[in-house]
Amino acid sequence: MTYLDHAATTPVLPEVLAAMTEQWGRVGNASSLHASGRAARRVAEQSRERLAEALGARPSEVLFTGGGTESDNLAVKGIYWARREADSRRRRLVISPAEHHAVLDSAEWLAKHDGAEITWLGLEPTGRVTPAALADALGDGSDVAVVSVMWANNEIGTVSDVAALAAVAHDVGVPVHTDAVQAVGQVPVDFAASGVDALTLTGHKLGGPMGAGALLLRRDAECMPLLHGGGQERDVRSGTLDVPAIVGLAVAATTAVAARPERAVRLAALRDRLVAGVLEQLPDARLNGAPLDDVLAGGPGRLPGNAHLSFPGAEGDALLMLLDARGIECSTGSACSAGVARPSHVLTAIGAEADRARSSLRFSLGSTSTDADVDALLAVVAPVVERARRAGTGR
Amino acid sequence: MRVLAAMSGGVDSAVAAALAVDAGHDVTGVHLALSPDRQTLRSGARGCCSVEDAHDARRVADELGIPFYVWDLADRFREDVVDDFVAEYAAGRTPNPCLRCNEKIKFTAVLDRARALDFDAVVTGHHARLADGRLRRSVDAAKDQSYVLGVLTSQQLAGALFPLGSMTKDRVRAIAAERGFAVATKPDSHDICFIPDGDTRGFLTRRLGARPGPVVDAATGATLGTHEGTHGFTVGQRRGLGVAVGDQRPRYVLSIEPVSRTVTVGTADLAGVDVVRTGPPTWTGPAPRLPLRAEVQLRAHGTAVACEVTAGVDGGLKLALAEPQRGVAPGQSAVLYAPDPVLGDLVLGQGTVRS
Repeated sequence: MTYLDHAATTPVLPEVLAAMTEQWGRVGNASSLHASGRAARRVAEQSRERLAEALGARPSEVLFTGGGTESDNLAVKGIYWARREADSRRRRLVISPAEHHAVLDSAEWLAKHDGAEITWLGLEPTGRVTPAALADALGDGSDVAVVSVMWANNEIGTVSDVAALAAVAHDVGVPVHTDAVQAVGQVPVDFAASGVDALTLTGHKLGGPMGAGALLLRRDAECMPLLHGGGQERDVRSGTLDVPAIVGLAVAATTAVAARPERAVRLAALRDRLVAGVLEQLPDARLNGAPLDDVLAGGPGRLPGNAHLSFPGAEGDALLMLLDARGIECSTGSACSAGVARPSHVLTAIGAEADRARSSLRFSLGSTSTDADVDALLAVVAPVVERARRAGTGR
Repeated sequence: MRVLAAMSGGVDSAVAAALAVDAGHDVTGVHLALSPDRQTLRSGARGCCSVEDAHDARRVADELGIPFYVWDLADRFREDVVDDFVAEYAAGRTPNPCLRCNEKIKFTAVLDRARALDFDAVVTGHHARLADGRLRRSVDAAKDQSYVLGVLTSQQLAGALFPLGSMTKDRVRAIAAERGFAVATKPDSHDICFIPDGDTRGFLTRRLGARPGPVVDAATGATLGTHEGTHGFTVGQRRGLGVAVGDQRPRYVLSIEPVSRTVTVGTADLAGVDVVRTGPPTWTGPAPRLPLRAEVQLRAHGTAVACEVTAGVDGGLKLALAEPQRGVAPGQSAVLYAPDPVLGDLVLGQGTVRS
């Protein structure tokens, strides 16, 4: 099997498994006052400190959550509610249309049910949000509740200069949330240096467990809770701390961040070979997103493990099915709740025509990727695309 | 063989897929998303293609360890089945959407795509026998679906597998239960899948609007009342005519004339026909020589009646029935069978009933 879908989820690291297994063998609620509780709390707080250090945050800025979706919901809704309560004119959400659905649907829910208005940011053809576009959308900022722009796009891998965006927003007194689920461990992420007010990350994209994530939230950021209860996590996210998951998340994040410089170089080389090999065999295939060698603010302008390609005349789900039958696993982007493949909203947002949006596949590399994976894809991609084209677009 | 299993989420297609796996085929499951509103949730035996059905189909595929995908055919289905259904009613005819779906969707759109993707056949959970390229009735007479497959050509049948035709529905459910499929006890669907509330007249009125016209008595020519649209009627229909006649004898719809919107009704003695004319036929195998003695079934759950088939006008057929039949509605398929008590009645082909 050739696994080229690390952006969906990536294998759990052996050290994560070991650390979590050790915790599962223990008893203790981190909120309890007795010895077992103190031991659990100590482990959780050590994990908080390690995670904070790996990401340039202070330990008190780390809120553990149930994953990326929860963190995005908490940031968008919680900051909207808090900012609107402080000033009822602040009802505008300034959002990139290429965000993950956890952000998009939170914003749309607020618009439908809670008086919010959404201002959609204009995107570069690469999917990037520029400081100028953000400044345009913000105006004087007085009616804006929050900005949310992802650090790196989950489908096409484009990185935005989040620090520059945060500076623009802060000039007019507006807080910024960024979904950094794909960015952590792939590109340098420093919470303090970026200046953002809230940052989403999740464990299972880093070699950690599913169902474990965090929201990094500045001490001075106003954010109302989604979950009320025992007052854990600064009273912003109640719920008994899941100590094994928290340990797993912290081990995964510290390991991924430490390995990043070497791994990024290795994955970028593999990815470049993958893209070059596909384009050599299929010259009409098209790379979506930023150029492979794109540089932004001194770092990579595209995730090193991301290759996103369109194969005009073929349908993404036919390609996926044919590759799956040959043991190669990749992704078309999103599907609706019944499982119907949808044209990617990200490609639509960057102005791709329907055929390009429907004919795209994402190949994403990670810690276990090898040259053999790339070779396996290159050995079958041309006949697969040819056969999918014969099946047509079916519409 | 590389086989594509069309999996609706029901028990029949689940068992058909399982039997295809048992037979040693390389099976891939697909669920056809046909409804424009995929959020619809199933309630009881009504409706199809909901999120829940897709989930049920996926569960079975995962248990079988076969790949599973959802194919979005909602646009094709709307054009070829739903819009056709509405247009046929608007023209005073009575279509069979299941037959149309088999003809245009399952064994054209899906089969063509499957063949292009290197599959050899499409396996479905239809209750009909198919061996050596010949289509026959199911051993389970009550569940037989050969009527709605009668429109398929030999070329289409060459790419079809119907593993359930040789067993009863009870046996199908027993196999599902033995395998632990959660769908083993799922109710059968009875209604038209795109009219989940079962209110066909209401559905058509929403699509076509109210189109009032007269209800006329065939014997006297008298107008007995008015109706809200000819689409509310089918030839042979007895209930819901909205008219009362002094003689207390039941009235049946004899004909529907869409331009003047006249629905003509008459007593039972006028409702029977002994000659049926069809449009150009399709054949499931080589075209038989005419004249031909055969049996004809005139609607999905009708009984077959002996007939003599001769050539009609404009390439159509003329069927002389051995006994008069009520409810021979234009738009329905007249499916011809060669009776065969041993191997199962052989489906010869069909023609669409003309007015």
